[in-house]
Amino acid sequence: MKYDIVLSGVGGQGVLSMAALIGRAAVLEGLNAKQSEVHGMAQRGGAVQAHLRLSDEVIESDLIPRGGADLVLSLEPVEALRYVAWLSPTGTLITSANALVNIPNYPEMDGILAKIRALPHSCVIEAERLADEAGHLQAVNTVMVGAASRLLPLKFESLEQSVRQTFARKGDAVLNVNLKAFASGRQAFA
Amino acid sequence: MPQRILLGDEAVALAAVHAGISTAYAYPGTPSTEILEYLLEHKEREGGPHAAWCANEKTAYEEALGTCFAGRRSIVCMKHVGLNVAADPFVNSALVSMHGGLVVAVADDPGMHSSQNEQDSRWYADFARVPCMEPATQQEAYDMTREAYDVSERFGVPVMLRLVTRLSHSRTNVQVGEMRGENALHKAPKADTWVLLPGNARRQWSSLVARQKDVLAWSEASRWNLLNLRPGRKLGVITTGIARNYYRENARALKDEPSHLHIGTYPIPEAHVRALAAHCDEILVLEDGYPYVERMMRGILPGRTKIMGRMSGELPPTGELSPEIVRAALGLPALPVLDLDGLLLPNRPPQLCQGCPHGHSYNALKEALEGMGATMVTADIGCYTLGALPPYSSIESCVCMGASIGMAKGAAEAGFEHVVAVIGDGTFLHSGTASLADAAAADTPMTVLILDNQATAMTGVQDPLIASSRLQAIVEGVGVKPEHLKIVDAHPRKVHETADVLRKEMAHRGLSVVIAVRECKVAHAKHARIPEAVAR
Repeated sequence: MKYDIVLSGVGGQGVLSMAALIGRAAVLEGLNAKQSEVHGMAQRGGAVQAHLRLSDEVIESDLIPRGGADLVLSLEPVEALRYVAWLSPTGTLITSANALVNIPNYPEMDGILAKIRALPHSCVIEAERLADEAGHLQAVNTVMVGAASRLLPLKFESLEQSVRQTFARKGDAVLNVNLKAFASGRQAFA
Repeated sequence: MPQRILLGDEAVALAAVHAGISTAYAYPGTPSTEILEYLLEHKEREGGPHAAWCANEKTAYEEALGTCFAGRRSIVCMKHVGLNVAADPFVNSALVSMHGGLVVAVADDPGMHSSQNEQDSRWYADFARVPCMEPATQQEAYDMTREAYDVSERFGVPVMLRLVTRLSHSRTNVQVGEMRGENALHKAPKADTWVLLPGNARRQWSSLVARQKDVLAWSEASRWNLLNLRPGRKLGVITTGIARNYYRENARALKDEPSHLHIGTYPIPEAHVRALAAHCDEILVLEDGYPYVERMMRGILPGRTKIMGRMSGELPPTGELSPEIVRAALGLPALPVLDLDGLLLPNRPPQLCQGCPHGHSYNALKEALEGMGATMVTADIGCYTLGALPPYSSIESCVCMGASIGMAKGAAEAGFEHVVAVIGDGTFLHSGTASLADAAAADTPMTVLILDNQATAMTGVQDPLIASSRLQAIVEGVGVKPEHLKIVDAHPRKVHETADVLRKEMAHRGLSVVIAVRECKVAHAKHARIPEAVAR
């Protein structure tokens, strides 16, 4: 088994938090994982991506080849499309519907969403609304991991356990918001 | 053996601890920063070994060297361009007889994700005549770092550990070993081996050159170099460092797997290269960074073997390698990809945070420069380099750490009337004070704008070595006249006031310094969290 994920978003949105939630679940299942991250300059409000590779065999490259990703999981629609070249034609793109407009030439949202829907396999999640309903806007990352949970080669229990391990030390309130966010993201994936 | 999930940088850090280091020194620089970050956290948790940020890479190197002079082990960490700053102690420390191990962890940045150039540190190791080890995986980063200390003490030289961004910033499982104790404190058996007076230095240099054959023999016997000759193959492949991962990723798709030499240690294990060349007609060289092995193999006179790589066009001449670049070089068809029918996405470059004090300072600078005629703004390296991009478009140069002040001086002395040098507090301390002394000595008509945000922000918000309150004393101490040293607040409501101060100081036909003070917003948030962290 091998499963390659490109995670994307804008610096500061929490791309690495999504990667950490999935990576922790993979480790709980005894899988090999390699996670290539972006640090430094790009973290300041720029386009950010991380490559997360899961396998029960040896993982060679830290980077996923173009055309090789099983999943593009994005916190932002334009940043989702930016990595379409990494997506395998049989892979799936899941993105938050919410635009982060911090550039003057941000494109028309209708055109962006149309491109996303035209892909062979894609899903747009109302992540901010779901996070808000779960109790806190900051839980968008957890919503998106919930949405991806239907496709990830990981047990629901491991992912939920990962959410518990990640948020337990922040108190019951934060943990419950994230458990709810995870469940609603999972339900929203269609 | 216990397993840990570690970044490549963290694997190096933990290995150094397990190798028994007594000290660790560094100046932050992407992608090397996380080595010392890890060691600082380790010190906080475990009470040692000693770890500290330093003013720059040269001071960091010299402090590490002092530990080795006392017979103990040390690690010094930096990004590739940091080694330029530390080049003086690095090259000279190869000539002393090192009895406490020194590992120089240098993280290169092929592709320039966060750097001004993509220089390849393997040339530096070669230049200084010291061994270099280049891990391909995070596990190798751990294992090689440990071994590097034994190599350093065996040959009496520093050992370079060459990392690259994709290794430094990728995390995975690493098996870690037992902790070794520290070395006993002891001076060098012969003191004159550390006194590089010409008479001693000539003897030490001859000794270093004479040791090269032993170092080569070590490299050729090293387990990190793997030669796999396959009968009847025309093609041979040489990989170094992480290029091996991209090669193996693709090699399974090849019908006939080529003969393969992987190089993990330098000097280049020449005997293996000759054995490979004797076995095939053409060799493809895959290395992340400059074509170092490739160029050595080509030499000047034509050889029998056809060599392929960056210099002959099978691989791009610049930039980092990737799985798909290596795939193409191996003659494999690209994987099918989806396309967006010509849709062009806008770039999203990094930018200053909302409400960043640098933004307010740039607004003030823009206002001050308006209508001034011929102006020039040199700048430096940090978050504020983003002031080169819209909406600020305020600065005109970024070359190397500290260059802003010296370049401003040269431009002013060439005849430019209104020259401003923009430099952050961290960069000023790193390498701005010496050039400010130059400018003060000449009383050059120019204005230095120090953006004092009380943090080394770009690399992850490290605390300043020297508090803002002491910057003023340093500036005055190198000879800047107190009446032309102004402290302003980088607050949005103070923009006009600051512009006014800048305009007045630029009108002065001598050196002036304006320090714009306001804490970095990210640093402020980090410090606000500290009580909570302590409580936990």
